[in-house]
Amino acid sequence: MNTSDLRQEIDRLLASSDTGAASRLLAELWAKESSSSAASFLISRYQQLRSKLNLLPYRLAILRSFTVEPMVPLLRAAAFAAGIDLTLYVSEFNAHVQEMLDPASPLYRFAPDAAILAVQTRDVVPGLWRGFSTSAEQSQAVGRVTAEFRHWAGVFRSHSQAHLVVHNLEQPVLPGGGVLDDQRVDNQTHAIQQINRELRQMAAEHTGVYVLDYDALVARYGRANWHDEGKWLTVRLPVAAHNLHHLVNEWLRFLHPLTGKVAKALVVDLDNTLWGGVIGEDGMAGIRLGTEYPGAAFQEVQRAMLSLYQRGILLAICSKNNREDAMEALQNHPGMLVKQTHFAAMRINWGEKAQNLLDIAAELNIGVDSLVFLDDNPFERQQVRAQVPEVFVIELPHDPMGFARALRECPRFERLALSTEDQQRGHYYQIQREREQLEQTVSSREDFYRSLGQEIEIAPVDKSSLPRVAQLTNKTNQFNLTTHRYTEQQLSELASSPNWHCFSLSVRDRFGDNGLVGVAITHEEDTICEIDTLLLSCRVIGRTVETAFLSFLADHARRHGSFKLRGWFLPTRKNAPAGEFYPNHGFQVVEKSGEGTLWALDLEEDRVACPEWIRLDIVEGDRE
Amino acid sequence: MNSPLFERVRGIAADVLQVSGNEITAQSSTENVETWDSLHHLNLVLAFEQEFGVQFEPEEIDQMNSVQRIVAVLAHKLNHHS
Repeated sequence: MNTSDLRQEIDRLLASSDTGAASRLLAELWAKESSSSAASFLISRYQQLRSKLNLLPYRLAILRSFTVEPMVPLLRAAAFAAGIDLTLYVSEFNAHVQEMLDPASPLYRFAPDAAILAVQTRDVVPGLWRGFSTSAEQSQAVGRVTAEFRHWAGVFRSHSQAHLVVHNLEQPVLPGGGVLDDQRVDNQTHAIQQINRELRQMAAEHTGVYVLDYDALVARYGRANWHDEGKWLTVRLPVAAHNLHHLVNEWLRFLHPLTGKVAKALVVDLDNTLWGGVIGEDGMAGIRLGTEYPGAAFQEVQRAMLSLYQRGILLAICSKNNREDAMEALQNHPGMLVKQTHFAAMRINWGEKAQNLLDIAAELNIGVDSLVFLDDNPFERQQVRAQVPEVFVIELPHDPMGFARALRECPRFERLALSTEDQQRGHYYQIQREREQLEQTVSSREDFYRSLGQEIEIAPVDKSSLPRVAQLTNKTNQFNLTTHRYTEQQLSELASSPNWHCFSLSVRDRFGDNGLVGVAITHEEDTICEIDTLLLSCRVIGRTVETAFLSFLADHARRHGSFKLRGWFLPTRKNAPAGEFYPNHGFQVVEKSGEGTLWALDLEEDRVACPEWIRLDIVEGDRE
Repeated sequence: MNSPLFERVRGIAADVLQVSGNEITAQSSTENVETWDSLHHLNLVLAFEQEFGVQFEPEEIDQMNSVQRIVAVLAHKLNHHS
């Protein structure tokens, strides 16, 4: 369907109240045409649908030194298509500095979840944009600009817990001094690079402050073609019409990890996706995979997959093939860069891909909405879109040379922080399979627990564990009693508040280290200790780790003078595995509300015993 | 008047001004379409630039205050380009 037929079909579906199909086609329209006119069309149609769709609300402020109004509809449309309902606040023209500095400004009254500081070189440091300055003038400019940015970020941090995304500074199309500039060691280009380096340093020093590499974005699409001088001089819009959606997509690359709309696993097809040709027909010698054209395109796809694996994205296979043929290629083809051990799950059979994708999600213990699907075959892509709309399907060009880029550009794989756990994730799944094999061979649950030899370390949350702890509070859905979501900034404030305790839990066993997999937050008031948050990664559910954690929390509360330990269970669509946790450990119902049940344990009468097969190692913190 | 160019302009104008296609005629202008304010005018101009792969001069943008004039400016621009 072309885009004007798509528009008509969408309006027909809306008229007949077919919400699901209409929203699918709206996303398809956006994938085909991310233009200003399509953006207006999407927004007006989503207005009719938003109450019926399960969209994620998010509040974003844009602090700017140039016109961003035409990008606003593009951004809202792109966000709608990604399942995010954005409420936007745009600062008054060139008032971004006052608004950041004044705690009573409209910016802080808006209470954003995140803010983007979109400023340009020509506004912040005009001398470096068009002038030709001496080394002394340059270093003075670098010092002034970096001090300003640091001041703004610091004040913003003290007034708001929102994330802050800061545009870095772009290089001018031509330096003021021409080629003469390149003859100096510390030239104008270097001065801007220095500022950008300082911005990264600044972001590293604050939690929740990130850099958007605007200079690289401009360079990616061509510095000479990025701007529109006419629009800049008349309406202060520096970016040319055909580049607006590139800037919007860059913002979206941050919105995905900020909102948690991210994928945990990439599921790939094999024939003509991981290699060229069909293994069942062409055989080992016939498939195209290697360092030369055309096999090089597929090695590029595999390289992109490996960088995702390093980022903590799980890899899985979903292919219609004879299993033996496919395994032969996976294990023995010399051109394979991705190895069998990189894959956390495989479905190689002649069944429907939709069903195989559901099975893969179940095996990996992640939501179907955490899957991204890569397949060269447009028919399979369409089938999956229609049958499991929760799965994100990457649109691929006809030419395999474009596959790797499409994969690398997918915003659902973006991450803003990377913990050791992320880098180890693929490995964890591998040792999990070994654990499951052990479970098959022992005769009882207790024997299995004993043979695991689990050691648990519980420690107060500190600066080094903060990113991983925040990550767990934001993405743990199953064993999570209250599903309270916290940013790093909020957690760091909680951890230093009186009567609040934040604990992290790490598990290792005979197969290896599971890493940091549990979080508990408690709050003492008078003689009652309330569990605000208690969660465990699905990696370790069902191994009595939760009981050990609770026994620690009970002991800790008792030592701090509490007589009661209590906690809410707030049911969600996904946390049924935690539903019976409190009653199973002797807690009694205190209160039932529309949102959930409050449970309590009498610490004077009852104990929670730590399972005998678990060794508990408690790290005492500074504040204990 | 219902040239292919007019039809493309009408489709984009309907999208951007958020009115139905048959409400857009050659006579539609900043005077008689309520949503056609200065911000929508900029969005319209950008949408045409994206669709037709052109860049308008500030003088042209000032002239483009009705559908008829938009079609005229575009026709002129596209002929000169090809």
